[in-house]
Amino acid sequence: MGEWRAIRLIGWSRAIVWRSWWWVILAWMVAALVLMICLGWGSVPLSPGKLTAALIAPTSDLGLIVWQLRLPRTLLGALVGGALALSGWLLQQIMRNALASPDTLGVTSGASAAAVSYFAFLAADFGTGGVPLAAASGAIVAVAIVYLMAWQQGATPVRLILTGIGLSVLMAAITTFVLASSPLSTTLSAYVWLTGSVYGGNWSDVSRMALCCFLGGIAIVPLLRFALLAPLDDALATGIGVRVQLTRALLTLLAAGLAGIAVAWGGAMAFVGLVAPHLARRLIRDPGAAQPVMAVLVGAIMVMMADLAGRTLFSPLDLPAGIFVAAVGAPFFLTLLIRQAS
Amino acid sequence: MTPYRFWPVLVWLFGLLVAFGISLMAGPQWSGPLTVWHALWSSSPGDINELLIRTTRLPRALTAMAVGASLGVAGGIMQTLTRNSLASPGLLGINAGGLFVVVSLTTLAGSLPGWVGSFGAIGGAAVAAAVVWGIAMRRRDEAGPLRLILAGAALTALFNAFSQALLVIDQQGLDSVLFWLAGSVSARPLAQTWPLMLLIVAAVLGCGPCLRQWNVLAAGEAVAVGAGVAIRRLQGVSILLVVSLAGAAVAMAGNIAFVGLIVPHLARRLAGADHRRWLPMAGLIGATLLILADVAARTLIAPREVPIGVMTALIGVPFFIGLIRREGSRGG
Repeated sequence: MGEWRAIRLIGWSRAIVWRSWWWVILAWMVAALVLMICLGWGSVPLSPGKLTAALIAPTSDLGLIVWQLRLPRTLLGALVGGALALSGWLLQQIMRNALASPDTLGVTSGASAAAVSYFAFLAADFGTGGVPLAAASGAIVAVAIVYLMAWQQGATPVRLILTGIGLSVLMAAITTFVLASSPLSTTLSAYVWLTGSVYGGNWSDVSRMALCCFLGGIAIVPLLRFALLAPLDDALATGIGVRVQLTRALLTLLAAGLAGIAVAWGGAMAFVGLVAPHLARRLIRDPGAAQPVMAVLVGAIMVMMADLAGRTLFSPLDLPAGIFVAAVGAPFFLTLLIRQAS
Repeated sequence: MTPYRFWPVLVWLFGLLVAFGISLMAGPQWSGPLTVWHALWSSSPGDINELLIRTTRLPRALTAMAVGASLGVAGGIMQTLTRNSLASPGLLGINAGGLFVVVSLTTLAGSLPGWVGSFGAIGGAAVAAAVVWGIAMRRRDEAGPLRLILAGAALTALFNAFSQALLVIDQQGLDSVLFWLAGSVSARPLAQTWPLMLLIVAAVLGCGPCLRQWNVLAAGEAVAVGAGVAIRRLQGVSILLVVSLAGAAVAMAGNIAFVGLIVPHLARRLAGADHRRWLPMAGLIGATLLILADVAARTLIAPREVPIGVMTALIGVPFFIGLIRREGSRGG
């Protein structure tokens, strides 16, 4: 068994690099382990034996805690982290810049502004069910604005990111304005949410979010081939028969949509979309499909652990996970900036 | 050297006076110039309008003036120092650092005397400036504007996350701090702000001796060293000035974005590249701009108020994007 192996079916062929997929399997196991720790740890700590018993009997007292409180919340965190990480990975591939992410391109702040405005002005009439739609459309509008504003016979990554930062300051200002001018009860719930929190996640959240993520993931599959090629020259992609501009636009839309969905359920969790793809790329160097999978797993693990820290470190306080993600992510990002050669 | 021309400064000084006057007249109920005049010089104690002008509008206009001037000058110094036309206290995280310290002082320590918060803000600004400066100093020629701005954005996000954490824990504090987070020049009685005003005046005057050296520095660090500028000392002094100006502005008015970015550009366009001309101009333009933004903020949706930080962001973002596009077409 060599470094890699080619799998060929009639018109379809893939090179499988063993090392990468071993990493992916390892990441799955770590994710499962973190999930178990998240289920067992909390204000009522459970030993592995008790946790197993609780998992088997969902109607017992402990079972209720695990099945109704901890599991949906943890799964929601994993989905949010995964969606953000995938969105960040796509954006970094398309922009050919390791510093692209839903945060730096103004996507998350666009989604936040839209969602907070929905909370403040429309939620009373239409219920909170429309928040995901509002957030996703906010994200897509933001990315469209950034593209249009940065376009000048093509859009260079640097200009896109700088424009994104400018737009996100504006969006943050709008968000604060909406918060400051709405009643205190709205402000409080919106503010906790804004920091990035999966507090109170329940099964209906999980299932709807999972459905959205699933649809997004499916949509990416046919475009994945280009997403993997995107860091290379456009001419290469054109050569193998990809409609470059169209596919790039579609992928950007998908990335924005994914980030919007994540913001809708998890709030503006900063830095996941930037740091997770980075770690994945560092662990898996071969540019195959293992990389995005790895990014998703890393993102999920990050948010699960951040949420665990948020609910246990300062218990009985339940802090938003976004704080911990930022506390880890921002220094990581700064060192990355210092090290990066160009 | 061409002789110093005073008239542009005089014109703007006049503009500032007009803006100041408008600011005293503006409000849900506009008062005429005569009322303002009476309120300032020969007040009759019983008149509610004159009382309003003296106790509410006057401190407000003064605050806006001081904050605008200090942000404009601080942004100008930063742009010279980093040789980066996008540098400004807001984008580089210096405002956020000051805000974080103020938020943590108000939430953790409860009611403190005002000056503790003020100097805390300056301390936070200093920490943020040190970090950003550390990043800017390393490999400064390679990545151009992007690295510095991204470092600032990351720093802002970090400080904001911590501020938010504190506000989530202490939800009573949230309501009182929130409006101020968005930037506001309201409700700052002069009795509280005068030490900061003094600091701003001192820092602005402190720029005076540096102006010539900044001119040399703008030509490049190597040139400056060759011309005999003590460059480390100049940098140290400049950072100290930036931190006091931006910190005092944050302590007085919270997070006001983009003034520090736009104003130096306008000033340079009007007065040329000589620091002795454009830096005073930047102070004047900043003061005028912020006073006018404040007038707009409280009259646009009266009787409610738009936070002034939102107003400046609305004005500033299009400008910022235009700036990026221009830099881009020059290949930068």
